[in-house]
Order: sequence, then C-alpha cells, then structure tokens
Amino acid sequence: MNIIEVKNLTKEFNGLTAVDQVSFNVKKGEIFGFLGPNGAGKSTVINMLSTLLAPTKGEALVNNFNILSQKNDVRKSIGLVFQDSSLDDRLTAEENLRFHAKLYQVPMADYKRRMEEVLKLVDLWDRKKDIIKIFSGGMKRRLEIARGLIHYPKMLFLDEPTLGLDPQTRNHLWEYILKLKKEQQMTIFMTTHYMNEAEYCDRIGIIDYGKIVVLDTPANLKKQVGGDIISMKGQDNQSLKKELVKRYKREVKEENGFLQLEVENGEEFMPRLFNELDNKIDSIELRKPTLDDVFLSLTGRTIRDEKGTFKDRMRGHMGIRGPK
Amino acid sequence: MFFIQAIITIWQREVIRYLRDKIRIISTLFQPIMFLFIFGMGLQETLAGGNFSMDFIQFMYPGIIAINVMGVAFFSTISTVWDREFGFLKEILVAPVSRTAIVLGKVLGATTVAVLQALILLIIAPFISVNLSFIIVLKLFFSMALLAFSISCLSLLIASLMTTMESFGLLMQVLIFPMFFLSGAFFPLKNVPLWMTVLSKINPLTYGVDAFRQIILGPQVSAEVINSVALHSVSTNTLFLIIFSFIMVTIAVLTFDRNS
Ligand SMILES: Nc1ncnc2c1ncn2[C@@H]1O[C@H](COP(=O)(O)OP(=O)(O)OP(=O)(O)O)[C@@H](O)[C@H]1O
Ligand SMILES: [Mg+2]
Repeated sequence: MNIIEVKNLTKEFNGLTAVDQVSFNVKKGEIFGFLGPNGAGKSTVINMLSTLLAPTKGEALVNNFNILSQKNDVRKSIGLVFQDSSLDDRLTAEENLRFHAKLYQVPMADYKRRMEEVLKLVDLWDRKKDIIKIFSGGMKRRLEIARGLIHYPKMLFLDEPTLGLDPQTRNHLWEYILKLKKEQQMTIFMTTHYMNEAEYCDRIGIIDYGKIVVLDTPANLKKQVGGDIISMKGQDNQSLKKELVKRYKREVKEENGFLQLEVENGEEFMPRLFNELDNKIDSIELRKPTLDDVFLSLTGRTIRDEKGTFKDRMRGHMGIRGPK
Repeated sequence: MFFIQAIITIWQREVIRYLRDKIRIISTLFQPIMFLFIFGMGLQETLAGGNFSMDFIQFMYPGIIAINVMGVAFFSTISTVWDREFGFLKEILVAPVSRTAIVLGKVLGATTVAVLQALILLIIAPFISVNLSFIIVLKLFFSMALLAFSISCLSLLIASLMTTMESFGLLMQVLIFPMFFLSGAFFPLKNVPLWMTVLSKINPLTYGVDAFRQIILGPQVSAEVINSVALHSVSTNTLFLIIFSFIMVTIAVLTFDRNS
C-alpha cells in the first residue's frame, strides 16, 4: 500500500525548473530516501508534499489526501523536520513542544507523557526549561526532531535530519528512527547527501537537477554499478589511462586526479596490475561499491560536498537566526 | 472550537515573547518619551508667543501614545517576515490550522502587545498635569485596541506581500514616517495645505490620534479649546476605525491565504 503517490510533479521558479516531472510512490512503513547534491530539488519536493509550496504541474497524494485540495488532511497526517531551524528561540524547549502539540490537537492528557518520551529520546529532558537561544546547533536539531514526533504523525518527513549533529548523536538518532519504523509503523521520507545514511533506507531515489535518475533498494543500486572499484594515481595519469584502456579493454573514469577502474574481483585484480603495467603507480586503493559510486556512475559526478554548503553548515552548527 | 484554541495558541506565543523581552519593553518606551520631551519642550517655547491655546506637551501626549500604539502593532506583525525568512512561520504554516486562525492569532497578539505597551505610557500623565479617570482609561483602552487591531491587519497584509526584509527600509520611509507625521500628533491638522488634509484623511492613524486626544484632554480643557484642534467626533473616529479594521482583516486573511 502506498502512503505517498506522486505523478509528474513539477516546480518552476521564474524559469528555473527545480523539480522536473517527478513520479514515485512511497510504501507504507518504509524508509524512503532522496539522495542528491545541493540544489537537486530535494527540499522543494518536500515543501510541495507538505503543502508549503504549490506545484507548477502534476499531482500528489499523501496518506490518500490530495496536496492541493485536501491540504488540512495532509497537514494532519505528517510531521516535518525542516532543513533550516524553525524553532522559536525566545521560547523554552517545552514551550516549543507545547505550541506544536496544541496546534496538532494532541490531547493535554497525553501531552505530558509524550513530551517526556520525545525529550528523553533526544536527551534533552533535563534542558526542557531552557530558552532555545542558548542551545547549540545540534541540540536545536534534536529538539526539532522531538517536536516532529510529538503528534505521532503517520508520515514523517526529515529534510537532512542529521545535518550538524556529531556522529554519536547521529547514530543514536538512527537507532531511534529505525525503532519508530518498526514499532509505530511510521513511514519516513528523508533527504540526505550523506551516502552512508542513505544506506539505512529501504529504497532510495537518486535525484539530480530535479529529476529522479534511479530509484531502487541500496543493494540493487550497488549491484548496478557492478564490481569493485580500483582507484589509482600514476606518475603520468594520461599515459596510465591509455595503457589501462588498451590492456584491459575497460572504461576508465577520472575523478580528482584518480583513475577509476571497475573490476569483478578487486583483491585478485590488483596484483595483476602491479605485474603487468608498464606505467608506474604512485598510490592505489580498492573500494567495494558504495552509493557514492552509484551516483558517480549515473551522473558522472560525485556528490561533491559531503558536509553541505557553507551556508548549510552555518545554519546547522550555529543555528543562525535573524535579529529580533 | 479548535479554531478558537488555535487563535489562542498563536496569540499566546506573541504575548510570551513580548513579556520575556524586557529590553524591548523598556527601549520601546524610550522613543515616545523622547519625542514628547524634546519636541514638546522645544516647540512649547516657540509656540508660547503665538496664539496656540494649549499646553503643547499636553497637546502632543495623546498623539505620541497613538504613534506608539501604531509603531508597536506594526513592528510586532511585520516580524512575520522575519519568521518567514528564519523558519518559524513554516512551523505554523505546515500545521493543520485554518489560515484565518493564524492571521487572527498573529494580529490579536500584536494588538495585545501594543495596548500593553501603550498602557505603560499612561504613567507619564501625572507628570505633565494630565488627569486620568477610570472612565477615560476605559474609553482609551477600547480606542487603543481598535487602532492597534487595524494597524496590525494592515501590517500583516504588507508582510504577506513582502518576502524578504530588504524592502523594509523603503517601507519605513514611504509609509511609516509619513503616517506618523501626517497624523496630527505633532501639529494640529487645521489650516494645513489641501494635499496634507487629503493625505491625513486616508491615514488611519489620524483617526486614532484625534480620538485619543479628545478622550484624554476633553474632560480637562474647555470645549472651545478642544474644538480648535479636533477633526471629527470620537464616535466618527471610532466608526472609521471599525470599518477600516473590518476591511483590513478581510483583505489580510485573503492575501495571507493566497500567498502562503
Ligand atoms: N523559493 C525559491 N525561489 C527560487 N528558487 C528556489 C526557491 N527554492 C529553491 N529554489 C531553487 O530550486 C533548486 C532546488 O532547491 P532545493 O532547495 O530543493 O535543493 P536541495 O536538493 O534541497 O538542495 P540542498 O541539498 O542544498 O538542500 C535550487 O536551484 C534552488 O536555487
Ligand atoms: Mg534541501
């Protein structure tokens, strides 16, 4: 059963097509991920599905409600953690949660218990009386996740949820997300440009320039890139490249000054290289395929900036807000 | 029922934010007091020789309160644009709450803040020999709320048309300052050039200033003196503000709904 059905969704911003005829479904109870570089259109899709932005063309159903004609029902069905901080930094952590709970009509009898539950989950229970202004970027992020959960949404959107979190918190959060999925049957739609995070997903859509390039399970995607990847740097890359192509009749890609060769069994192939090549090799590395490679093989580019743009990092870490 | 609860929730946030910001409460008091004493005392000397029949500081006092009501109401609501740029508005917009409730919550929040802030200014009254009675304060409270509400609606309308804070400076220059200066707060609007009369007639603040002045000073100066500065009766002013509020809140709701 599908909880999200998207057909030919398109968004144009004054001539720029940010999302281009995107169609996909999300199954109930799965973790669905969008992976793509900065500006690919991930947040724009989320904004449309969460009724914040009207699509230029196309249609979508969320929890069987139309995002254009049944906005309020869509809103009731979803929880959302935005890419940018959207807390009120003059209020305390608890007040932010209470505001949210009231707007989502969480019964006040349940509120106390749920607030404790979500705050403990993100390790902010003992900070509940503190004003957000003094929170660190990571603490704000965690509070936002707690807030997105307090009304027990059927469908949770996480737009780069772990941006600006330390590895420990990130792991902790993932444990929880996986638990939610299992215990609450919650469906999760997340975006990321961390390749390793995408691997937690049941299915991943790789999105680039507003289009879904491919959509499959992480395992299938990796199968698609085929074998292991040997990545090497020669004393003279051009001549090494020529020799590799000639000798092994394989495609050689160049990336950041490294030549990449796809082989079936890297462990056995490497010694062959050393024996057979005339060119000198300065450094060599064997990698089993990751989603990074999937992206590279599909688009010819890497998701360059794993840490996000400067602006994102500033937002994530420092939680920049406007002067009041 | 939930409609009302949503309004209260959004309203409450605005009020909590205001009460928590002590520095803003104090700094917002500074401007009207400065206007009153610098302008008031400066011009009082100059006007002493002419035939202005009123104590100039007393003349300005109600106008300064009205300007303060307008300023606070306007800025509290325009902060919606900040919220838009820095996220919190998204949290509200994505919530399953009617857009009308959001507008009313915001506008009533700003109204409350503006009235509270203006009530603080009443403390000055005894120092400039203005006598306030319970009835005066009650009437004033009603007029203040009306003025604050209509200005907040106007401000929310502008906020939903504005997407970034960049045009804010322009807005100050072409709208806010002219509204302040053409409201009759600083000088009487009788015997002024026609263009000024016309502009002041379409300025909602004029009606607020005129009403406040008659409510505060009416009981303590002669009818002749008050009539020499008054433009309309208090009930005409009130009626204008009610109609203006009604139109503004309608347009604000429609625009906000369409643009969000
Ligand atoms: N409100 C807007 N007005 C104009 N252009 C916009 C707007 N929002 C997004 N865009 C453009 O649409 C494109 C997609 O942006 P989007 O935010 O969806 O990317 P993203 O995949 O979320 O990127 P990131 O990883 O950096 O968050 C970008 O080129 C962006 O400049
Ligand atoms: Mg994004």
